[in-house]
Amino acid sequence: MSSRKRPSNPQSASQPRRQTGGSAAQEEDDDVAFTQPSTSQVQRGLEKVTEAQVDQKSAEVVQYFLLKDQKKVPVRRADLVKHVVKEHRNIYPEIIKRAARTLDQVFGLKLVEIDPKNHMYILVNNLETSGDASPTTRPTDPKRGLLFVILSVIFMKGGVVRENVVWNTLKKLRVDPGEKHDEFGDVKKVVTDEFVRQRYLEFQRIPHTEPVEHEFRWGQRAEAEVSKAKILEFMGQLHDRDPQSWTQQYKEAHSSQNSSQQAGGSSQR
Amino acid sequence: MSRQMGDSHRRFLQTMMANGIIDEQGAKTLHQHCCQTHNAQYAPDRLDDFIDTINSKLQPMFMQIRKGMSEDNGHQYYALVNMVENDVTRMTSDYADNELELFRKMMDLIVGSEDGKLSSIDILNSADSMTTKKLKKSEVEHLLNRLVQDKWLSEKRGEYTLSTRCIIEMEPYIRTMYQDQVKVCHICHAIAFQCQICENPTCGIKIHNPCVARYFKGRTEPRCPACEDFWPHEIPEVRRLRSQ
Ligand SMILES: [Zn+2]
Ligand SMILES: [Zn+2]
Repeated sequence: MSSRKRPSNPQSASQPRRQTGGSAAQEEDDDVAFTQPSTSQVQRGLEKVTEAQVDQKSAEVVQYFLLKDQKKVPVRRADLVKHVVKEHRNIYPEIIKRAARTLDQVFGLKLVEIDPKNHMYILVNNLETSGDASPTTRPTDPKRGLLFVILSVIFMKGGVVRENVVWNTLKKLRVDPGEKHDEFGDVKKVVTDEFVRQRYLEFQRIPHTEPVEHEFRWGQRAEAEVSKAKILEFMGQLHDRDPQSWTQQYKEAHSSQNSSQQAGGSSQR
Repeated sequence: MSRQMGDSHRRFLQTMMANGIIDEQGAKTLHQHCCQTHNAQYAPDRLDDFIDTINSKLQPMFMQIRKGMSEDNGHQYYALVNMVENDVTRMTSDYADNELELFRKMMDLIVGSEDGKLSSIDILNSADSMTTKKLKKSEVEHLLNRLVQDKWLSEKRGEYTLSTRCIIEMEPYIRTMYQDQVKVCHICHAIAFQCQICENPTCGIKIHNPCVARYFKGRTEPRCPACEDFWPHEIPEVRRLRSQ
């Protein structure tokens, strides 16, 4: 989906624009301050609120997730509690359960915790999107194309590549990371900052290299959302070759790990 | 009747979320595409039922897919709207306070104008009278571009109007905020910005340009539907739907 704006801004979610403030240490504190309530605490908490209040809160949580998803930014549990859940933090597990159910059943989006230590969530699309030739006027997002190329390179090279491999591939496609691109602007920034922040890519320093070198891997969002089988199919068409001839990649693409996409997403309920 | 949502509905909704607004023809095509992709039953004439099913599930989230007419070409559009805050405050995550102040000023001027249009000079002038942090000329221009890109405004030859999406979404807000000023179209009863006005001073009804085109089509001597006075404006042509 494109990152176009769409209506979803919960009233109570104090304005995300300002959320970048606060030091890392401060954020740590926030999260420590919030401890997941126990089952019996939740039970007792639920007795004090009406069903409508719980639904209202989970609706706000849904809107908050949708808003963050427009920019593909992960949601921190601490922010969610601070800005949306607020005084209902004692029934947090029930609220998040209902929100996840709505996201799944109404929007076809799965709530995934990508970082159990820091409690970060993203939304992953249940519906197959990579092969989606939607007939609407929506122009295909050029950044998506760029991302797809990089993910393909990483996958075909066995899951991890040095940064130079990526830059050289892009240069061959006349996208020079050293120059300002008409469509992407600062290509290097899009790839190593935006895609990384959105969890499509991991970009890490290789230890003990002089000068400093980095390597790319698939990020958690890519693992959850992008079908490796589709990538292989695409490579097959590009090189006029049977996808099965890439034995290792074919095996990985059709193993259970990345099969959520091929399964066709959520079923009819 | 139980109205279950399937993946076809979910795909339709996801596309609406990504686009914000689509025209009727686009919605029909999308309806067909979504049903076929997920092997769901497809009834071409049941688009509004299909959307009702989605709306019934969106209601608890205070969201809705709402239908409305474009003042520009008279075609029907579907927009995904948020009913929690159907006023400018719901733009707060994307715009700074002083940018919103200017947008509010622009809405005031548009609602108060006869033809629903604002020139960029009018906008720059009203930027001079801002109370919060003043915007520079280049910042105003940049803001206008963003408002057009985010589909809150439309621009044609240097003139700005509220976009179809903005009018569909903010109609309830505009009706409450500008109770005394806002005029509705005599034909379709939706609020009217870009329109023709009866020149009889005791009448002065408004009719959208596309509604004028449809209403007076084929009439030799156009008369005001309210006061019977001669309708002195040029009658526009009915705009046909884009061909498939
Ligand atoms: Zn009308
Ligand atoms: Zn009249």
